[in-house]
Amino acid sequence: MRFLLRHLQNRLKAQVDPALVRRVDETPRHNIGEFGTDPFGYDPELIKLIVPVARFFYDSYFRCEAFGLDRVPEGRVMLIANHSGQLPFDAMMVGASLLLDAPKPRLVRGMVERWSAELPFISTLFNRAGQFVGSPAIGKRLLEMDEALMVFPEGAKGISKLYRDRYKLQNFGHGFMRLALETNTPIVPVAIVGAEEQAPAVADIKPLAKILGFPAFPIVAPHIVPLPLPVKYYLHFGEPMNFGGDGTEDDEVVSRYVDEVKDTIQHMLHVGLEKRPSIF
Amino acid sequence: MASRTRKREKVVITGICGALGKLLALELHKDYDVIGVDRRPFYDRPKDIKHLRLDLRRKSAINTLKREKPNIIIHLGVLRNPRKHKGKEKAIHLNIESTSKLMALAQKIKVRKFVFLSSANLYGPSSTSSGFLTEDTPLHGANRSPEIRDLVSLDMMLQGMFWKAPNTETVILRPVHIVGPDLNNAPSRYLRQVNVPTIMGFDPVVQLIHQDDMVQAIRASLKPKLQGIYNVAGPSQAPLSRVLFFLGKRTFPVPGFLFREALQRAFKYNLTNYPPGELDHLKYSCLVDDRRAKKEMKLMGQKSITDTLMDLLEPYPLLPVNYASKN
Repeated sequence: MRFLLRHLQNRLKAQVDPALVRRVDETPRHNIGEFGTDPFGYDPELIKLIVPVARFFYDSYFRCEAFGLDRVPEGRVMLIANHSGQLPFDAMMVGASLLLDAPKPRLVRGMVERWSAELPFISTLFNRAGQFVGSPAIGKRLLEMDEALMVFPEGAKGISKLYRDRYKLQNFGHGFMRLALETNTPIVPVAIVGAEEQAPAVADIKPLAKILGFPAFPIVAPHIVPLPLPVKYYLHFGEPMNFGGDGTEDDEVVSRYVDEVKDTIQHMLHVGLEKRPSIF
Repeated sequence: MASRTRKREKVVITGICGALGKLLALELHKDYDVIGVDRRPFYDRPKDIKHLRLDLRRKSAINTLKREKPNIIIHLGVLRNPRKHKGKEKAIHLNIESTSKLMALAQKIKVRKFVFLSSANLYGPSSTSSGFLTEDTPLHGANRSPEIRDLVSLDMMLQGMFWKAPNTETVILRPVHIVGPDLNNAPSRYLRQVNVPTIMGFDPVVQLIHQDDMVQAIRASLKPKLQGIYNVAGPSQAPLSRVLFFLGKRTFPVPGFLFREALQRAFKYNLTNYPPGELDHLKYSCLVDDRRAKKEMKLMGQKSITDTLMDLLEPYPLLPVNYASKN
């Protein structure tokens, strides 16, 4: 059984475009240990199998255009973006842009829902793909390991927002800012234009969500196929923002910094929306 | 560390007849006067190691120890195998009674150092325990496996020593899974199996520490001016599936709920030694941050996971010689 799987994996890997494999090989490997994974179980070999799927969505489905990728600094960095679209394709596309289009390929470490750690296979898949269960302690450790971290401070409120609230940023949590101050990490604001229209939700049935234990139960308008609409994505990367401090500041100070980041992203969203010729 | 010019210090090691106790005694007896306390017999004992067959719950035993006037107490003599003593409240009482008596003795005769071997398992594996837990993390291990609740309370009791006995440097060591060719503990036994069961769809990252590195860590904790709680781990970590692949084991993945049910039944009817709560170790990563120990105890030259596993493949001394060739 295991040899069959291994054989299958090798066959699949042979099918992958060598250019993509090269991009994955060029990602920083300073944290990979003797058993081919980093301390959290991320394995670049698995990324080679996933990256063709990501490229299909990136190039063909959402036809992403990324601006300002050269602004993402090397070493530890935090990407802060708006979250939307019911399914986290926005995270996948930001990750794909840094892996496929950036001057130097990077693997972005994202956070996943806590209950995904309870799901067989999926938890392992997320782990091997470098995604981790959202926890400040893990985030801090990853930043100390000079990784690129993607955070959506809107959280579940953002991804499940209704169509009428599109491009309106929800409240930002303060955790990411404390983490950035503590580890002296530059913050790159990212505005994702397009994703907010990919699955227009007209209503959110909160009681049902509560019963099922989901963060939200949205009713999406064209609920014919479980795929998002093929909107066109524009990813705008801003200038890195540095805030001096040590993470022990008063809430007031931190909240001022958070508002600064939020306003920057909101401004970038407005500019991006004005420039956009059409949704598709 | 005692040198030839300085007066040799007296070390009391409880539970000296366990595998780790023996290794520690052999490491320390050149530089310290070692007194072992255990109810079990000590075969192949070097001449300069004194062995007292005492039951620490008895007053006479404590008085005997008091007369020896030790400078250092290393407390390894805890029944930490909940499997052997399951269902018996006796084990819990034994652990807590003997430890509290020993703590009282340490306070009374003002020993220089009190070292207690706890475990990183007490943090308890959960969906968020992969974040390299520091020493301040609360000990939630007993929530899922009630068998270890006495070990949690022992750890808590020892934390009281920091303010109860300010003259004694108390060190609590919380090592990750200790494995080695001489050990017969749960992780070593699990990795020694020929067919290894795993939980289908889960592949946690594991930390291991070699028995020799653990002995060195205990030795390093005897240095003066060192006190507090220390997580002790090996130099790196690896996914369980790759560890098993490296050892050349045949794995059979079992769906989680079936595994738990089966284990519960088997444990109830004494067919297995593994309590069902320990299944979480095969499901979630429980990683600890050992930077504090590395920095303050200056632990260096630890064995890599590859070397640790290579050592584990050596034949276990209590088993027939051809055991290893079967694997």
